[in-house]
Amino acid sequence: MIDLSSQVRPESGKTAALRSRRKKLTFDKVSFMVVFLGLPLAVYAIFVISPFVQAAYYSMTDWSGFSANMNFIGVENYVKLFHNATFMKALGNNIILVIVLPIVTIILSLILATLVTVGGSSRGQIKGLKNSSFYRVVSFFPYVIPAIIIGIMWTQIYDPSNGLVNGILTGMGFDGFKSFPWLGDERTAMIATMFVIVWGFIGFYMVLFVAAIKGIPAELFEAARIDGAGRVRTMVSITIPLIRDNIQTAYVYMGILALDAFVYMQVMNSGGGPNNSTLVMSQQLFSTAFTKNQFGYSSAMGVVLAAVTLAFSGLVFLVNRLTGGKDERR
Amino acid sequence: MISTKETVHTGSSAAPPRKAKETKGDKTVAAVSHTMLLIWSLIVILPLLWTLMTSFKTTREIFASPFSLPEHWNFDNYVSAWTTAGIGSYFVNTIIVVGFALVIVMVLGAMCAYVLARFKFPGSRGIYYLMLAGLTFPIFLAIVPLFFILKNIGLLNTLPGLIIVYVAFALPFTVFFLFSFFKTLPDEIGEAAAIDGAGEWRTFFQVMLPMAKPGLASVLIFNFLGLWNQFLIPVALNTNVGHYVLSQGMAAFASQAGYAVNFGALFAAVVITVVPVLIVYVIFQRQLQGSVSAGTNK
Repeated sequence: MIDLSSQVRPESGKTAALRSRRKKLTFDKVSFMVVFLGLPLAVYAIFVISPFVQAAYYSMTDWSGFSANMNFIGVENYVKLFHNATFMKALGNNIILVIVLPIVTIILSLILATLVTVGGSSRGQIKGLKNSSFYRVVSFFPYVIPAIIIGIMWTQIYDPSNGLVNGILTGMGFDGFKSFPWLGDERTAMIATMFVIVWGFIGFYMVLFVAAIKGIPAELFEAARIDGAGRVRTMVSITIPLIRDNIQTAYVYMGILALDAFVYMQVMNSGGGPNNSTLVMSQQLFSTAFTKNQFGYSSAMGVVLAAVTLAFSGLVFLVNRLTGGKDERR
Repeated sequence: MISTKETVHTGSSAAPPRKAKETKGDKTVAAVSHTMLLIWSLIVILPLLWTLMTSFKTTREIFASPFSLPEHWNFDNYVSAWTTAGIGSYFVNTIIVVGFALVIVMVLGAMCAYVLARFKFPGSRGIYYLMLAGLTFPIFLAIVPLFFILKNIGLLNTLPGLIIVYVAFALPFTVFFLFSFFKTLPDEIGEAAAIDGAGEWRTFFQVMLPMAKPGLASVLIFNFLGLWNQFLIPVALNTNVGHYVLSQGMAAFASQAGYAVNFGALFAAVVITVVPVLIVYVIFQRQLQGSVSAGTNK
């Protein structure tokens, strides 16, 4: 590698000449740029950028149904939205999800990742737990299963009379759970649903954190150990600060997922659950748009959803920055 | 820094004689770790095994007890799921849509990322940030206008319409990921190709693309999982039953099974959907786990 660059350097005159020749606009170069940049950007502009812009405009119209009539009504949709108790309930549920899901998932996957990486001997070289690749392979399973299938599967597992959960619980002697509707009871529907989402993602983040922890130079752990730090102390004062950028990324990903959550909610409780206890904004938006045909109103919901998502990501970055995290990628 | 390194070296040189011995504390930690990880593995595996077992039971047996073993191990449920429930045709549709979308998005994404990463021109930074923005905005905001865009160009409820939307929404991630990959390829290689007389087109297809193979493989896996699992786009933009993809077909089947009560077939359909992905996963799991770390630890 180094040899190569030192060989090039004596001939730098030639490379410079080459660079200037490259600047000339030949047919080769022009056609290359037009196709390589133009084609992807055209697709992106038509099917991604333009819908976003149109949605922002629609949100300020009273467009409903397939008629061509569309009146500009300013922020009226938004005012209506914030007086809509069902939508505010959905927003509240999304906020619960965005707080609980990332924290629970990240804490549990960090614990599992730590067990795998530092569970080995405390003498000699720092080692991971023996035979731990099995756990990594198994934990990652749910991540590759389509979300819709996870939802269908768990709906059956939670089934009041034929489900696995109640089968196990009554088998253990808790007869009170004989036909307890986990997804049909207001007290448990949200928690049961959140468990399913956490179940699906712990393995993914565990693998991510294991990779991050393995990227930390071994000397740091050895130094900490020589200074007398135990396993817990090492985890809290060495590991977590060093992988905080990974934790931040995980938090943002998981939060964006929690703000969507459409698939899981739609499969497990398509009507929003008992007393709307699992209703989320995306479900409201979908039914407002495609069953009630209120396109202007639903676009306003989309704008609120996007605003909450952006505010959330910004908040995570801000908190990480303020608490001393460095953000020096690029 | 230097002093800590030295202490480590002396420490580790003294360590080998003691290394073999494991203290009592170590054994406890290892045992506790194994127990906790094992419990978690069971939480993951048990639901999957239970689903597999139930898929062989008749609906009557399912209602009788969640734990009873099926009386006859046969594939009746699978046959009825594949044919009467239409899982077979959903499967074919999904393969067509995901297959075409993957090829197109990989080509377009690689081209765009390459140009953005290796050429300096006014606006390149802006395009890059525009791509990043597409990653953070929820698809939900775009779904209503998308519906009418596809309707106006006559692609609503068709497979090509679905493919082009899949491509557009997988594009930002692909570009974002490959951008950093093309950045790391040394400049000298492009220059060497130019000296040898290769134009920009040949340089890309015969020199750069083959070198980017590891990066392409990682993105390909993620895009495959993302598109195979896609639910909202088909549900909103592809309402023709004949063109259903697997995810929406399964959702329709599940919501209808509540009335038609063929739970055995529902479980079988779940297994049919999961098994191919699990097989691919078990074969490529090393690669996939590598991709996870490569994709997020940059």
